Amino acid sequence: MITLTVNGKAHQFNDDGEMPLLWALRDVLKYSGTKYGCGKGLCGACTVHVDGQPIRSCITPVSAIAEQKITTIEGLSEQGEHPVQQAWQSLNVPQCGYCQSGQIMSAVALLDRNAKPNDQDIDLAMSGNICRCGTYQRIKKAIHLAADLATEVKGS
Amino acid sequence: MKKIENVSRRGFLKKLGISSTALVLGVQLPSMLTIPKALAGSLATDKFAPNVYVQIGTDNIVSIVVHRSEMGQGIRTSIPMIVADELGADWEKIDIVQGLGDKKYGSQNTDGSRSVRRFYQPLREAGASARMMLQQAAANRWHVDVSETKADNNFIIHETSGRQLSFGSLVPAASKMALPEASALILKAKQDFKFIGKSDVALVDGEKIATGATVFGFDVELDNMQYAVIARPPVLAAKVKSFNADAAKAINGVVDIVQLADLEEPAVFKPLGGVAVIATNTWAAIKGREALDVQWHESEHQVYNSDTYKEALAKGCDNPAKVLRSKGDVAKALSDAKQVLKASYYVPELIHVPMEPPAATAHYHDGIFDIWACTQTPQSAQGTVAQITGVAAENINVNVTLLGGGFGRKSKPDFVVEAAILSKQLNVPIKVLWTREDEIRNGYYHAASYQKLAAGIDERGQVSAWQHHVAEPPIGATFSKGADLIGSEASLGLIDMPYDIANVRCAIGKAPAHTRIGWMRSVTNINHAFAVCSFADELANAKHQDSKAHLLTLIGKDRKIDFSTENAEYSNYGETLDKFPVETARMKAVIEKASDMAKWGRKLPKGHGLGIAMHRSFVSYVACVVEVSENSDGKIKVHDVWMAVDCGLAVNPERIRSQMEGAAIFGLSLTFFSELTANNGVIEQSNFDGYQIARYSDAPTTHVEIIASDAAPGGVGEPGVPPIAPAICNAIFNATGKRYRELPLKQYGIV
Repeated sequence: MITLTVNGKAHQFNDDGEMPLLWALRDVLKYSGTKYGCGKGLCGACTVHVDGQPIRSCITPVSAIAEQKITTIEGLSEQGEHPVQQAWQSLNVPQCGYCQSGQIMSAVALLDRNAKPNDQDIDLAMSGNICRCGTYQRIKKAIHLAADLATEVKGS
Repeated sequence: MKKIENVSRRGFLKKLGISSTALVLGVQLPSMLTIPKALAGSLATDKFAPNVYVQIGTDNIVSIVVHRSEMGQGIRTSIPMIVADELGADWEKIDIVQGLGDKKYGSQNTDGSRSVRRFYQPLREAGASARMMLQQAAANRWHVDVSETKADNNFIIHETSGRQLSFGSLVPAASKMALPEASALILKAKQDFKFIGKSDVALVDGEKIATGATVFGFDVELDNMQYAVIARPPVLAAKVKSFNADAAKAINGVVDIVQLADLEEPAVFKPLGGVAVIATNTWAAIKGREALDVQWHESEHQVYNSDTYKEALAKGCDNPAKVLRSKGDVAKALSDAKQVLKASYYVPELIHVPMEPPAATAHYHDGIFDIWACTQTPQSAQGTVAQITGVAAENINVNVTLLGGGFGRKSKPDFVVEAAILSKQLNVPIKVLWTREDEIRNGYYHAASYQKLAAGIDERGQVSAWQHHVAEPPIGATFSKGADLIGSEASLGLIDMPYDIANVRCAIGKAPAHTRIGWMRSVTNINHAFAVCSFADELANAKHQDSKAHLLTLIGKDRKIDFSTENAEYSNYGETLDKFPVETARMKAVIEKASDMAKWGRKLPKGHGLGIAMHRSFVSYVACVVEVSENSDGKIKVHDVWMAVDCGLAVNPERIRSQMEGAAIFGLSLTFFSELTANNGVIEQSNFDGYQIARYSDAPTTHVEIIASDAAPGGVGEPGVPPIAPAICNAIFNATGKRYRELPLKQYGIV
């Protein structure tokens, strides 16, 4: 029995401890906002936070999580009011939207450790997230916008 | 009912209870001012449903059916914009309903960049007829002439008195009225458009995407549902020899093993066969599949090896089996030419890799199928499930989820049929999920192609002859076993070469297919435009002329081209040449626009180069200019892409721009990175490590301008892709003097 704390809520997990967190979240605990894209840690669609750090849930076994806190896209804010989520909407970033949960989780983690990233910082931090629709330039713009929004919120 | 949210900085801060007045604004206000909501279903019982696309309730909610699949092109926003505009609807009071697969909507096959092109007029008429009935109902109530009324924001307004009645209050009366005759419909004038052509409309699914609340094909959950992954033949049409069901069943969570019927070609949309592992979760199903240890019989397609196949394609170009366009006498013109230029181009086999691989959920119960799938074509899914399971089509409900990308892969419903077969056999709801490896190794592929071009330059320095030979396995082989000559693909950039040259010959060589060949975003326009637009640039260089000036010269005087006068059967994307002519003036206009955007002719930094390409596809015109540089290590970087698009009337300019931005990345991916190879019939790549696409650091800045036009709306989702690869290679040539004719460019060590 493993206790998984997802978005502040504790869940008892009785299945295979080797199961990647992705499938535990999606199939067992029913958090479907976290997406499958490759299963090999190559595309970033499955990115979630574990104790605030971005990880690829598709290659992270549940047994490796232990007591750490998991945050998924659903837990980022109560009603989508996180600056990154707001910036994404205001710039119409998504096309199909499928990779965007992972993109947003990676962007949030970036901004948490670097409040004003430049384009190179963004390229580096986001390089593990693929978007086949090709929304990269809008995501970059949205990260800058979110940084400004967040700064002002803190500044006020 | 939710209000439109203002997501300007001010709105954002206000939401958090923060006054913005004390803040120093460091950025411009976001341009997107409205966020419409896909509202919850209307509660009204009394409905006014004048046609299949529009329904209005007494609660004043306007339900608009989106009958096309959303895969990132923005159709769930664009269709409501068209209908709501003609109707005079309040954007805050619309409810977007995804249409089930049903022929009453007309074609739902969301490919070929057709949604707006084919449905702009019917959707406007649907909105207008509903609006006119509401106007008549209000006029009757007021005892005034209908011409004195107008519709705006879900109200019918009597202009002189200022009286108004909500749509909802008019529902009972409007429901009893006769539909206006099509000839009597009065459509809005362009200057009165409120949504069409406006750029401040936000994605209807934007908030759900940002909060992870969307439902894609992968996300469907039903009670008692089981998860299936399938071991499919590594070589097309290989039959199952043996497998170890016991080992798979020993995996915790594995519930059942089902052997599927072996595939008999042609493949069409049939399942590929193989062995399905059914489990209580996806992970168990994947583990179970690994344990199966399936052994396969030999298949005739294991002769397929990419290196030898490429050589065979090249030979196919030398011995074309069929001439598809013939004007003048190319052989004579080439022999009379002062200079003859020859070049060969190769584009490898490619695959879609939508971020969401195929997935479908089927529940067979009481003789009925309820299906949810990320399909581009619910009616084909319905029809194929009916054909294979024997259940009547009217008992098959196909719900279309959001698609995590499509690019043509999801217009083949083989994966939907897999789920249906398994649910019917096992009597439980089944979700079939394709892993990335499945998607790459068992796809419907963009065909590898070899192309040989020759051109003659005469005494006067004019291009006097153009010969283009192509060999590529046809999509037709997927539908007719053994087909080895392309058909409809020839109209995608081969026989519609638009240059004004006196002697032209386009011909095709035989090429047998060894994988399922399908269509991928812009299809054979990708390789044909790569060759045609690259070769045009090679001619410019041979003549020591500026690439852009030479391209304009090649296109020649303003005219409408009718390829039938040159013995070519050009299909023009299923449209008439009357409605969608092939206009050289529009080609030149996008070239001029893209060149202006890029400041063509300016002095460039050392190591930089500009390249240009123009291509008409899906009845739209796109020119692009690319700026690249070569660094001291010989590595190429793409800095900027300037794209000018003439797609006729621009219905949703914001999504047109996003489609062009995406097309630039899609084109860049196949130019530099993407390649499939086959070894004894088996595709060697299986994930994003082997099959690479562009990442952040590869992405250029893309600038898009849309040509103002009142012409009928053309395609948008695909036409941005074809000119990218040749524009990049032309830019590299202008930067470095090196001409690359085979993709992807990573093989040359320049990325």
